[in-house]
Amino acid sequence: MHNVENSIREAAKKLLSEKKVDLIVGYERGTLPLRTTPCFVDKAEDVRKLVWNENCDANLSKYLLSRKENVGVVAKGCDARSIAVCIFEKQIDKEKVVIIGAPCLGLIDKKKVKAKLDGRELLEATIEDEQIRLKGEGFELVFPKKDFICNSCLTCRHRNPPIYDVFTGEKVSEAEVDEFGEIADLEAKPAKERWEHFKEELDKCIRCYACREVCPLCYCKTCFVDQTMPIWFGKTNDLSDTMIYHLVRAFHVAGRCVDCGACSRACPMNINLREVVKKTEKIMKERYDYTAGLSLEKIPPLGEFKIDDSQEFIK
Amino acid sequence: MVVFQMVWKVIGKNKIPTLIQELNKEYEVFTPVKKENLVFFERVSSGNEAFLDFQNTKKSPKEVFFPQTEILFTYEINKQGVEIEKAPVLKRDIVLLGIRPCDAKGFLLLDKFFSSGEYKDLYYLEKRRNTTIIGLACNRPLSTCFCTSMGGAPFGKEGMDLLLQDINDKYLIETVTERGEKLIKKLPWLKDAENGDIDKVRSLSRNVEKAIKSKVSVEGVSKKLDGMFDNKQWDLIHEKCLGCGVCTYLCPTCCCFDILDEATTKWKRVRIWDSCQFSCFTLQGSGYNPRPSGKERMRQRIMHKFNYFPKNYGENFCVGCGRCVQECPVNFDIREVVEAISTDIWREKDE
Repeated sequence: MHNVENSIREAAKKLLSEKKVDLIVGYERGTLPLRTTPCFVDKAEDVRKLVWNENCDANLSKYLLSRKENVGVVAKGCDARSIAVCIFEKQIDKEKVVIIGAPCLGLIDKKKVKAKLDGRELLEATIEDEQIRLKGEGFELVFPKKDFICNSCLTCRHRNPPIYDVFTGEKVSEAEVDEFGEIADLEAKPAKERWEHFKEELDKCIRCYACREVCPLCYCKTCFVDQTMPIWFGKTNDLSDTMIYHLVRAFHVAGRCVDCGACSRACPMNINLREVVKKTEKIMKERYDYTAGLSLEKIPPLGEFKIDDSQEFIK
Repeated sequence: MVVFQMVWKVIGKNKIPTLIQELNKEYEVFTPVKKENLVFFERVSSGNEAFLDFQNTKKSPKEVFFPQTEILFTYEINKQGVEIEKAPVLKRDIVLLGIRPCDAKGFLLLDKFFSSGEYKDLYYLEKRRNTTIIGLACNRPLSTCFCTSMGGAPFGKEGMDLLLQDINDKYLIETVTERGEKLIKKLPWLKDAENGDIDKVRSLSRNVEKAIKSKVSVEGVSKKLDGMFDNKQWDLIHEKCLGCGVCTYLCPTCCCFDILDEATTKWKRVRIWDSCQFSCFTLQGSGYNPRPSGKERMRQRIMHKFNYFPKNYGENFCVGCGRCVQECPVNFDIREVVEAISTDIWREKDE
């Protein structure tokens, strides 16, 4: 881990001092346990701020979307994949980005930690040798790290960035995981029950749009829910309105989502937002053998028209 | 000045459901309720739903008076003209039980916003005026709680009618206002507190207050911000903010709203929460937005809390509950911003 952190700093320093980039976007220590915060480094001497650990959970590709300068960005597997999608969709200029790829060891899900602590506040956390030590007022507990890994990481097959300009550290082995196992129960339910389940989940939504804002693929200049002249959809937090927001968003990221899990991590109401999109990801895999963000050349199935498309959905 | 008799009562923790049950006969009772792992203020129909062993609720209780979606009135346009139907009035008075001192202080700040000046917000005030607040002092403040920096305290009574103070298996109930006293009189079965218990909470209150470690030097920040509208730091601090509404929506004092008309079978005029962090905040009909980027929107949030509001109403528009600190998806920490302004780091960097 420290190895990777040092290599990230070295790579960043080199890029800045050789003036290959104007800015590095990476992570620095946060103000709370198990947190890091995005940081922007433009001086070579400041690269020591950069950290690398299991709490580097923001998808930094979001910060590349509006930049005019040359930027070096620290990217895990999923981050690099979303950058790839954005490059393909011409939202990020490939020539202006240097991807500092880093092997991901899985992110810690703060919500799982909170659930485990059941109301007790976490004051300090240390991670060592696959173990996590949680300290607070009157408790010190040690758990296997794997108990708290984000669900999106547990089903990830691309911990090493598939595209990068500089690779830091050593590549990790990719896990053979059941990518879609987590939605099997939901899929097995009758439509009515699934509907009830989504209603219950999305009813918690307060429309803070954290899911949209952290999503690297939500880059529309004006999101459909923000259209006001005329208004396209209801803006209240009634279920019918929130449902439309989430379902349209799911449609919009279908075939593009890399399942970085940023939406689920950001949701203050603990809505499992990944679940809605995971199914579309599965369909893309089954029908088109397509996984988003693995290549800069392959045209995404939903981005092209083929005369011989099976079109079996048209009956 | 109203003179009332300050009384101290005591209630066993196991009697809280009974208390709620009894209050429910006359009032709409809201208490903290635990749902999965999160605690929210909700209307309860039975005493057992209340969950008082929490540090702070996920959302602030502001939505009881200022709901995220509120129908102001409905109307129909017909040949006779426009027929307006007023929104239903409150049927029963409200009791809020389990309000933390920071949130109670938040209500006092919201009162200033919604009731000062020429136009009073009747929707907010009707609910607010008919509410009795039973507070709950904090024995275990979070590490992100900075209420003492914002003029509050973990055992603060400001904004409360009654204050519950937790000592082991019981709560001491302190009467704070006449309204609180009225409620206590309806509960003759509550026992009087003993002097020993009162001493106990007084020393507990001092100890808990001392235990609050998160401090923000807010003194003088309002004045310093006067000359900082064009400070270069605004260009930098907003950078990591992605522009979601988590901070403002969970905040006990943020109260910007939008008003729109919705068509169903009838027209509804609806008030909904707005957030200064959203890109369509203050977007004008012409397409012009005086706050076109994250920089101006972040400046608005900080300025509103620590400069505009203090100028208009004499107090900071933050109670130090720490929700925005805890919940920000990218760990933007407002305490760092206030601290940097306070210690003149901003001014120095700007020179």
